[in-house]
Amino acid sequence: MTEKSETDRRTLLKLAGFGVGMAAAPFAAAAQDTHAGHQMAMPAANAAQSPGGAVSPGYIFLNPDEAAFVEAFVDTLIPQDEYSDKGTDLGVAIFIDRQLDSGWGNGDRMYLQGPFQEGTPEQGYQLKLTPNQLVRVGIADVNDHLRASNGGASFDTLEEADRITFVTALEAGKIELPSVPVRTFFNTLFQLAMDGFFADPIYGGNRGKASWKMLGYPGVGEMYADKIAEWRNRPYRVDEPLSIQDLS
Amino acid sequence: MATKLPAVDVVIVGSGWTGGIVAKELAPTGLKVVMFERGRPQDTVPDFAGPQAHDALKYSRRLHMVQDLSQETITFRNSMDQVALPIRQHGFYWPGTNVGGSGAHWSGLTWRWSEWEHKMRSGTIGKYGKSLIPEDMNLQDWPISYDELEPYYDRFEKVCGISGKAGNLKGRKVAGGNPFEAPRQNEYPTPPMTASHVMTLFDKATANLGYHPFPIPTANCSQDYVNPDGIALGQCHYCGHCTAFGCEANAKASPHFLMLPLARKNPNFQLRTNATVVKINLDSDGKRATGVTYVDARGREIEQPADLVVLGAFVTGNVHLMLHSGIGKPYDPKTNTGVIGRNYAFQGGGGARLLLDSNTFTNPFMGSGALGSWIDDFNGDNYDFAKAGYIGGGGISIGSNSGDPLTYHPTMPGQPRWGKGWKKAMVDAYHHVAGVSHQGAVMSYRQNYFDLDPTYRDAFGRPMLRLTFDWQPNEQKLMAAHSAVCQRIAEEITGRKEGGAGMPRSFGHFNSGFYQTTHNTGGVVFGDDPKTSALNKYCQSWDVPNLFVLGSCVFPQNAGRNPTGPVGALAFWAADAITKKYLKRPGALV
Repeated sequence: MTEKSETDRRTLLKLAGFGVGMAAAPFAAAAQDTHAGHQMAMPAANAAQSPGGAVSPGYIFLNPDEAAFVEAFVDTLIPQDEYSDKGTDLGVAIFIDRQLDSGWGNGDRMYLQGPFQEGTPEQGYQLKLTPNQLVRVGIADVNDHLRASNGGASFDTLEEADRITFVTALEAGKIELPSVPVRTFFNTLFQLAMDGFFADPIYGGNRGKASWKMLGYPGVGEMYADKIAEWRNRPYRVDEPLSIQDLS
Repeated sequence: MATKLPAVDVVIVGSGWTGGIVAKELAPTGLKVVMFERGRPQDTVPDFAGPQAHDALKYSRRLHMVQDLSQETITFRNSMDQVALPIRQHGFYWPGTNVGGSGAHWSGLTWRWSEWEHKMRSGTIGKYGKSLIPEDMNLQDWPISYDELEPYYDRFEKVCGISGKAGNLKGRKVAGGNPFEAPRQNEYPTPPMTASHVMTLFDKATANLGYHPFPIPTANCSQDYVNPDGIALGQCHYCGHCTAFGCEANAKASPHFLMLPLARKNPNFQLRTNATVVKINLDSDGKRATGVTYVDARGREIEQPADLVVLGAFVTGNVHLMLHSGIGKPYDPKTNTGVIGRNYAFQGGGGARLLLDSNTFTNPFMGSGALGSWIDDFNGDNYDFAKAGYIGGGGISIGSNSGDPLTYHPTMPGQPRWGKGWKKAMVDAYHHVAGVSHQGAVMSYRQNYFDLDPTYRDAFGRPMLRLTFDWQPNEQKLMAAHSAVCQRIAEEITGRKEGGAGMPRSFGHFNSGFYQTTHNTGGVVFGDDPKTSALNKYCQSWDVPNLFVLGSCVFPQNAGRNPTGPVGALAFWAADAITKKYLKRPGALV
């Protein structure tokens, strides 16, 4: 955290009437923040319902706290700029929610029998947690960490610059989390956000095929047997990439 | 108590390439054949029909054609002094499941291994003497030469419609092909695929450097083709959804449509899906297989007696069944004796990423699993590896395989992975990045082996297969040297120094936690000596002669090439031995 943003946030918290000294304050703050986060989430969730969206609005797996975290996380990773809308507007948070609620999220094809031990870095994932448990526990860990170190602010209430600083620290493994290895948590959520940005829109992310348009990917319906030679070293582009939904 | 079914003539474990080939070759005999597949049924129609067939999240990320680890997985450790732990999430290799096995989701690079790669031990000693071979390296010859296998390579290529260009026809060098390849009797059945732009850049650069580029032989068919069995393959769409996917065009050769329809011409052939073979049963003196026990979709344990058992599961599945069933002496690394689990090898790799200028367009989404150019100048014994200080070689290549952004959204090293500046870095790179990569041989060592895990059990209650493996100095040197060659080629393509872009796939210890390749070898190797091999030259068990074991588990060490060519050729070779020799006089063939 920079000194400036630290001051800014304290100012903000004071203005919002949150005390730092009372034992109950972090929890009260969390509840308030959650509410705000949830309300902020609504436009993104609703957006998934608009024409071209494949997924119904609203969260299935994530509770309001977790949804607020995930929304802030994907918007930090995928900010709005001249290349695309931000992550939540592209359905990435909804995508993550649906993936966490899926068989994959429940670890249905993982080996989850014990005994469990940490192992060496070369032995891969050794936690007892399914992907959705890992994300759930990790989010709580992160918010607890922030509350302890920042006087009541959950991740989603941080300003953009502080969120970037914090995610950078998460990625680098510079933060110690009590329940989950920080890099494992980060990498799981990072991969989910990436998948939500790039996967076929049928899963609820990549709304409007935004990332495909950004990159100039023609979609999943193209056949290139008669094009690969003709377009050698020339940019092949289509006006509208085709998704599974477009072709179904 | 397991239900016991009426006996059949032959049981085949696995519906992939090797099991499929044996089932097809056995069809004219009319024998009662039962094939077991642990996964579900799948076929081109309806399972690989577009657009769902191009669902990258389902296939590339969630790996729906790869084995279910909740049912079967292995434990892993780098060395014998560690505790092995389960591969809980899909890691360094992707063994197939469902009908067609790994043969349905593979990429399609189809090699003949070189003459030296069939006799690495005697070939190395003959050229360099014994001193080059480290004490802990279990370097072994194949019991069958390239010349003996050549007609079977030819059969496999014709059945699959392999697209390529011969470089050596009956000893005569042919322009455009691989000048290092062993003599072939016939040209490839279909011409090479259409080259992508990055292939033309690689071809030019490697030729400038004095190397010999040629198109990779592919099982992604370059044109419509009808194989000798009368089965039609379609022309590859170059759609870029090959590896980990099924092919909607039947352009990618796969046993599910090339073998099983012919196996089914035998009215006595039956395929049982969702049926996991958990054990090979033996008679009381352990010298004869009496059949197998399997678990069906409802979890019932059923015994299927048979006169002949053919193992055609993935490497790890075959080795596991041998160890769990108590067939052959388990390998003991301390004494370097025993045979089941011996001589495991993986494959090395690495490469260099290069950024072309902004006026160069790669169209990365136009490609196929095997589309690429290759050089063999540093493969096998085509170069003086002894001078470089190690044994073995590797192929160096450029590919146009998949541009689906879910798995392909590269940025150059040093660029952000997310947030501000990240999307620009991706947009700058997507149409202009290429990668030169290498795939390196791995020798077999005393300390790299399979056995049964003392702690962990699979969903069927069996002790898991345990893998102990680490990179050895020989392979570390090879990977570093070949990464440097990749970098040199990358620099020749771009015309500038690509600082730090070339790197081996792995530094230090082998890491099981991320995907590298599915090319595992060894564990049930074939050879001429029952002391150092589990199988004779016909892939028949020395200990239990009515058991044949197929696949790359029979290779005594790995090469710098993909294994499916010799896997297919050896399956035809073994099937010939079964139909022409074994069935006439059941018993040991050697």
